[in-house]
Amino acid sequence: MTNSGTKLRVEDKLYQNRYLVDTGRPHIKVRPHKQPSANLLALTRVCPAKCYELNDKGQVEITADGCMECGTCRILCETSGEIEWNYPRGGFGVLFKFG
Amino acid sequence: MQMIKEEFDAIVIGAGMSGNAAAYTMASDGLKVLQLERGEYPGSKNVQGAIMYANMLEKIVPDFRDDAPLERHLVEQRLWVMDETSHTGIHYRSDDFNEVKPNRYTIIRAQFDKWFSRRVRGAGATVLCETTVTELVRDAKGKVIGVRTDRAGGAIYADVVVLAEGVCGLLGTRGGLRKMLKPEAVALAVKEMHFLPEEVIEQRFGVKGSEGCVIEAIGTISHGMAGLGFLYTNKESISLGIGCLVSDFAAKMESPYALLDALKNHPSIRPLIAGSEVKEYAAHLIPEGGYKAIPQLFGDGWVVVGDAAQLNNAVHREGSNLAMTSGRIAAEAIIQVKRRNDPMTKRNLALYKTMLDKSFVVKDLRKYKDMPALLHTNARNFFTTYPLLMSQAAQNFMRVDGTPKIEKEKATTAAFIKARSRLGLVSDAIRLALAWR
Repeated sequence: MTNSGTKLRVEDKLYQNRYLVDTGRPHIKVRPHKQPSANLLALTRVCPAKCYELNDKGQVEITADGCMECGTCRILCETSGEIEWNYPRGGFGVLFKFG
Repeated sequence: MQMIKEEFDAIVIGAGMSGNAAAYTMASDGLKVLQLERGEYPGSKNVQGAIMYANMLEKIVPDFRDDAPLERHLVEQRLWVMDETSHTGIHYRSDDFNEVKPNRYTIIRAQFDKWFSRRVRGAGATVLCETTVTELVRDAKGKVIGVRTDRAGGAIYADVVVLAEGVCGLLGTRGGLRKMLKPEAVALAVKEMHFLPEEVIEQRFGVKGSEGCVIEAIGTISHGMAGLGFLYTNKESISLGIGCLVSDFAAKMESPYALLDALKNHPSIRPLIAGSEVKEYAAHLIPEGGYKAIPQLFGDGWVVVGDAAQLNNAVHREGSNLAMTSGRIAAEAIIQVKRRNDPMTKRNLALYKTMLDKSFVVKDLRKYKDMPALLHTNARNFFTTYPLLMSQAAQNFMRVDGTPKIEKEKATTAAFIKARSRLGLVSDAIRLALAWR
């Protein structure tokens, strides 16, 4: 992709990265909730891989395939119990070529 | 697995800067070391700007220049204060940095970590990748005696476990060794790798051969959050990124990738990366709590090093050198305890902290102990108001438009007073001076 100065979508950014997805074993889960807390809601904006999205019921859902394992969501939402966070199994997840 | 039957002198968790330094130092001294890394290869989970400080690596691997993958040695540093359309700042460039043994290099972490790991293996350590440590194993008295991993085969035992697990510090926080990081004590940084031909980089930054240039910037680019933008020149690529406090990101509901895209489109940055090919997008946390956030560093059967121990100097943007130095010092403390045939108890491992306190690592962090609180609670003033005022002052000074100079100066002074009040200006200056001292 050539940087032409146009605005890129985060999906296009993640497309550059290499991942080995542990299919069927997501390493992060969002606990069922009726309404997200401010921090959980913030993840829909703050997650650098845009893994968190709001569904049409106003709940936050996660698709962790593009996760870069930074841990931001854990810092914001693990203590409150809203998310369950682990590293992927050894060898799985993001594989930085440059880092 | 066969090795589970073995017992090691030390298990090192993680193959980043601190883990590699610790494993290398211990293995070089003849200790039986097992290093566990969850990535496919060492470096595959690691992210850094990255600037590597030669002096600290030289203390660990004196001949690193022979075969380490170094990108450019730095001859120029630009510190920028940016607003929407401009940058002002300080450039420091010196031919003195073109020395036989240069002081700072840009590196590409995944490649550098692979090299460091080869050296660790060469020193005699066993390095096992694709292995996530899931739990610390303790005896009845609570002493850490080994680890469990996600591989089949049960626990692996060692006299001491070196936690070099990185900023997230999952094992230490879950194991009750230290508290969870607070959102205001950690920054989230995102970064892209922009590839350009070597000669284009040389032309754009006025460097030749392996000379390099780095830019670090504050200002409106962080949208009022406590943050820093950076641009580092590698041989054939540019690392471009921006990081801000997690607490600020959450409070302002800002998207890090949007900040990064805005930085890329800034008129001062855009021409520097024009025509580049982006090959990777990465994100990582950076510990920002400073001296006051340093957790308990040792206990019965364990020590913690590097980012997991929050050893990062936010003011000087140094982290990897603190990481590798803490890894080396922890290893040296362990070697001393072992030589005396003493057990790896909390009391004996306190030597690590004693030695670390005497090093630049803790001395530097102590110097700036009040800086995080000052910058983090006054983010808007330091990261937006002052940058805007500086830019206006600079433009006022440069632009020739027939306004008498005395009026221009008055306007600049008035702008500062209007924005922060006389008392606010004095108070900010004093607080900054006190925190810096």
